[in-house]
Amino acid sequence: MSDQPDASRRQFLSRGTAATAAVAVAPGVLLYDFARARPPAEPASSAVRWGLLIDTTRCDSGCDACVSACREENALPLPLKPTDPQWIRKVELQQEGSGRKVSLPMMCQHCAEPPCVDVCPTGASFKRADGIVLVDKHRCIGCRYCMMACPYKARSFVHEPVEDHSGATPRGQGTVESCTLCVHRVDQGRAPACVDACASEGHRALLFGNLNDPDSAISQRLRSVASVKLRADLNLDPGLSYVGL
Amino acid sequence: MRRIAAFFLVAALTGAGAAVPVPDLDVGQGGHCVNDPQVMRQNHMKFLYQQRDETVRQGIRGGKYSLAGCVDCHASKVNHSVLGSDRNFCQGCHTYAAVKIDCFECHSSQPRALSAAQREGGHP
Ligand code: SF4
Ligand code: SF4
Repeated sequence: MSDQPDASRRQFLSRGTAATAAVAVAPGVLLYDFARARPPAEPASSAVRWGLLIDTTRCDSGCDACVSACREENALPLPLKPTDPQWIRKVELQQEGSGRKVSLPMMCQHCAEPPCVDVCPTGASFKRADGIVLVDKHRCIGCRYCMMACPYKARSFVHEPVEDHSGATPRGQGTVESCTLCVHRVDQGRAPACVDACASEGHRALLFGNLNDPDSAISQRLRSVASVKLRADLNLDPGLSYVGL
Repeated sequence: MRRIAAFFLVAALTGAGAAVPVPDLDVGQGGHCVNDPQVMRQNHMKFLYQQRDETVRQGIRGGKYSLAGCVDCHASKVNHSVLGSDRNFCQGCHTYAAVKIDCFECHSSQPRALSAAQREGGHP
């Protein structure tokens, strides 16, 4: 199928891992070197797997900069009505007994084995070659099977007609949507909006990068600190990992 | 169905057997199109479908055909949109050809460079 990534994999691998080398342009702000980023006309490649490392020890319970940045980037409705889509939420947890509190953002975990894709009857839910799980809204019929299948409650249904089309992602009534990892920014060599917003607030709790590159900042950090994947028992191999849970 | 519509449109725009007046379209900025206008009239939907699947599913960007590109050039300078009346570029022709447009339920009908203030005033 044309959706499958592996045609150009060998060619890509032979060119090495330069495509995802990151440069720091300001403290905490990572920008992927344009000269070495994937050219726009080239398809996403499975040589790359995008992931996020969320350090809950750096996440402030009073801060929702990531949520606001997401709503602004994607023109999601504000103020939030109970039926409005949520691509990212702040969650507060408290450990029984000790009373230890943790604050963290929750969103699509960009599973390597995504159940949302397995159950989708139309092929609208799909995983891009570089691991980003998306809804192709041209094919989505709004059946919401994927919402039932996702163990992380990451997806939302668009109940209302969309008035504001100024966002980066086209959105419309009757389709399901969730975090896109800001795929439009990733394709330009930029980090997702939440990651940049968290860094601008000085928290730097979110680290974005290529899990397949052993030298990327995210791979190095995953090697040096203890992290967990949420509901690892489900074996979905999420692209997101959490520190401090 | 689509082929029939295209046939009538071609017939009308070339003046052959035109029973219904050809739409008087506001082409906006206009200028040099990415392909021959007659080819675009007949095939823009095919080009856009192809580009759409490549972009959404494979992440291929910056191709020759793009819906946002159409809107950038063809939004009316009056209401900053390709929709709004039977003179607006997309709506005018689609009304004439009796083909429903779904694109703008999700995509913007206004140019990307538009300021927030202009966006407020125009058609969504
Ligand atoms: S977190 Fe949910 S929506 Fe995201 S890939 Fe996994 S199953 Fe799909
Ligand atoms: S709601 Fe859309 S994406 Fe989800 S399973 Fe149904 S068709 Fe697929």
